[in-house]
Amino acid sequence: MKQVKSISRTSRDNIGTVLMIVAIYVLVQILNGAGLINNQMRGLLVPLCVYATMAVSLNLVVGILGELSLGHAGFMCVGAFASSFFSKLFAETMPVFPRFLLAILIGGIVAGIFGFLIGIPVLRLNGDYLAIVTLAFGEIIKNIMNVLYVGRDANGLHFSIKDQMALGMLPDGEMIINGPQGISGTPNDSNFTIGFLILLVATVIVLNLINSREGRAIMSIRDNHIAAGSVGIPITKYKMLAFTMSAVIAGCAGALYSHNLASLMATPARFGYNMSILFLVFVVLGGIGSTRGSIIAAIVLTLIPELLRFMNDYRMLIYSIVLIVMMIVNWNPKSRAWIQAHFGRKKNNEAGKEGR
Amino acid sequence: MAALLEINNLSIQFGGLRAVDDFHLTIEKGDLYGLIGPNGAGKTTVFNLLTGEYKPNEGVIRLEDRDITGLSTIEINKAGIARTFQNIRLFKQLTVLDNVKIGLHNQYEYSTAAAILRLPSYFKTEKQMNEKALELLSVFNLEDEADTISANLPYGKQRKLEIARAMATNPKLLLLDEPAAGMNPNETQELMDDIKYVRENFDMTILLIEHDMKLVAGICEKLTVLNFGRILTEGETKTVLADPEVIKAYLGG
Amino acid sequence: MISFLTSLINGLSLGSIYAIIAIGYTMVYGIAKMLNFAHGDVIMVGAYVAFSVITTLTLPTGVGILASIVGCMLLGMTIEKVAYKPLRHATSSLAVLITAIGVSYFLQNMALLIFGSNPKMFTSIVPFAWQRIQIGDFMIQTISVICIIVSIVLVALLQTFINKTRPGQAMLACAQDRGAASLMGISVDKTISLTFAIGSAMAGIAGVLLCSAYPTLSPYTGSMPGIKAFVAAVFGGIGSIPGAMIGGLLLGIIEILGKTYISSQLSDAIVFSVLIIVLLVKPTGLMGKVIQEKV
Repeated sequence: MKQVKSISRTSRDNIGTVLMIVAIYVLVQILNGAGLINNQMRGLLVPLCVYATMAVSLNLVVGILGELSLGHAGFMCVGAFASSFFSKLFAETMPVFPRFLLAILIGGIVAGIFGFLIGIPVLRLNGDYLAIVTLAFGEIIKNIMNVLYVGRDANGLHFSIKDQMALGMLPDGEMIINGPQGISGTPNDSNFTIGFLILLVATVIVLNLINSREGRAIMSIRDNHIAAGSVGIPITKYKMLAFTMSAVIAGCAGALYSHNLASLMATPARFGYNMSILFLVFVVLGGIGSTRGSIIAAIVLTLIPELLRFMNDYRMLIYSIVLIVMMIVNWNPKSRAWIQAHFGRKKNNEAGKEGR
Repeated sequence: MAALLEINNLSIQFGGLRAVDDFHLTIEKGDLYGLIGPNGAGKTTVFNLLTGEYKPNEGVIRLEDRDITGLSTIEINKAGIARTFQNIRLFKQLTVLDNVKIGLHNQYEYSTAAAILRLPSYFKTEKQMNEKALELLSVFNLEDEADTISANLPYGKQRKLEIARAMATNPKLLLLDEPAAGMNPNETQELMDDIKYVRENFDMTILLIEHDMKLVAGICEKLTVLNFGRILTEGETKTVLADPEVIKAYLGG
Repeated sequence: MISFLTSLINGLSLGSIYAIIAIGYTMVYGIAKMLNFAHGDVIMVGAYVAFSVITTLTLPTGVGILASIVGCMLLGMTIEKVAYKPLRHATSSLAVLITAIGVSYFLQNMALLIFGSNPKMFTSIVPFAWQRIQIGDFMIQTISVICIIVSIVLVALLQTFINKTRPGQAMLACAQDRGAASLMGISVDKTISLTFAIGSAMAGIAGVLLCSAYPTLSPYTGSMPGIKAFVAAVFGGIGSIPGAMIGGLLLGIIEILGKTYISSQLSDAIVFSVLIIVLLVKPTGLMGKVIQEKV
């Protein structure tokens, strides 16, 4: 039997990606043990895992399915609120470990349900129209979270989208979601190790999915949906699978995120379209379709502003220039060819880099 | 026993234009049938109607006596018709092997969980898929290119890969849309041998559109000639190609 | 009834500003085939230019408006040349989208450095902006009327330019098929540059109007109206100028009426929900053309 090299090469690549994540974790732990990580950096560790996981999640939609989503912060927001809501309800009655595990699962499942429900009508649209609808969805979620009031008293749960008074709670009632103030006092269950585990699991799931019968079906839709239909690939089913799976992962990242915040508010800075776009930047800069690239881009782009802290007011300006220059150098056909000629790995398939 | 494919009274209209008008066709199992005609005669439109890309305004398409008119492309593929495209449509970013394995999608199955958890059924089925895909590739001498990204294949091999991918869906009827377009005489000769080989060894019936008369005369047993959306003539290849009306349609436009 | 009419006029006024911005979006999309996410920030730059010229340099209002228009025009052309043109032939259209986001960050942070994060009061552009026009019980602000009139005049001028002049026809040709246009001897580079110039000049005008009607100015001023205008452009069918105009007006009206009659807090959710519903019923927007892929 003939040896198929591309298969063993892909599995090597995937193992490499997983080892990279593990290596980063070990490295951080060593540096931390040696006291080389300052407080500011330590505070970034959980967000780093959140952003990297979001990059993996969005890459599944943008890079593998080939659809543009500008609302991924919305799924993260749903996951964050659902999981925090759960954790607050059971803060006193459940031990930490099972509670947080359940919270993460709930965050993922609720976001997945949203992804599924939104996917049904939305995935019929194509290209930029799909992008704008996902953007709109993200903004709607954020907006609704800002007017949602939920309280609990002896009579049970009360909901309102007007204000606190409209809940009609007993005096001893407790606010759980308080409109624009969101959820405060979510148990601080997240830590770097759990973040690392979530990222690792998400990466393994996505990589294993990509390199399977269903993953190939998803990529066939990206490459040519007409040909995919002609060989009997159920297009809607696989679009939904990729989209829902991506939403589940984003929801889990949201749970990780919210359990790291003293107060969870649906502000534009945290869950607005700017955030969704930032995730997209990770994916595109990481080389659309490359899970490893997305993770690296997420880490680098999150660290740059920190590393530029000495530049004070200029750091975000420098950041934007770095972003523009990196994009042009990476994607301009001429500079791309030059990089390929001088630094490219010798292999017969340049396009293959994007395929994974 | 009913014919493999039976089309009656098939018509489609785009705006005011009747692109295909009152088309009929009967293909018996094992036929190697040619659909020819000048550019713009409506040949590819017939393929698009047959595969469900377009819905006909009138007419009935039957595959082994089953009415498949108006089904989706996916259902029609499952019913047993696969095709290639005039303007090649490969999964460009994927390897040659993966292109064929996508064609095998509906013949092999393992659960999403088996894929994600890498259960034994994943490895077992993937191995079977690889073997089957390589077997199909070897028909067209493409097995050495299995690892190549399909976009990087030379043109002639891309066309052959499309045929292999269509065959992977295990169709009863294989539709080839200008399989020899862009090929040099050597490649065309190879292709003719390949098509004959496929018909004999894979139990497939073939309907092809082609402009290369050497190929048509060399392998097709029967022909239908389309002109301006209507059937000009049909019958045995030799008789049809000698028909002065056909020669006029080709030369006189 | 009176309050409904007032809301309607306010909606039309806000909608005309969205329309002017949306037209810039839609033109760039139609001709350069890219989503220029920095468009909203060009508005902000335009407003700061006008503000500086009038308040800091104490020059006449007309000079301020002119400076804003010219400044935005040059800015738009420069952005295109430096950041977008190198990526015109990139293998993924997402590359230029992300670069546009980079440009958007750049403009915001530049403004932040120069003007600081404190919002500026932006009152003095149109001296009689807040005078009221009264017809019976019915009262509206002058600025609302100005916004509506300016947008109508701009759209009329633009339509005439596109349909009646050679550069305008060249733009139409490029929008249809860039390759064919260049074979016909049309300079694609110049046409795209011109498109950015016109779109950005309109953003400059929009900036002045926006800050006259809603008189605070900060580095993030352009961001939300930019996104809303993008929504308006898609709403009307992206690539279509009349579509952008109608989309903008409808969006403004829905937003203000939603605020008045349903919930002021949920107005964004209402606007975006209407967009989603419209796209589900008509997947290419109100006036967009359906292009079927040829098999």
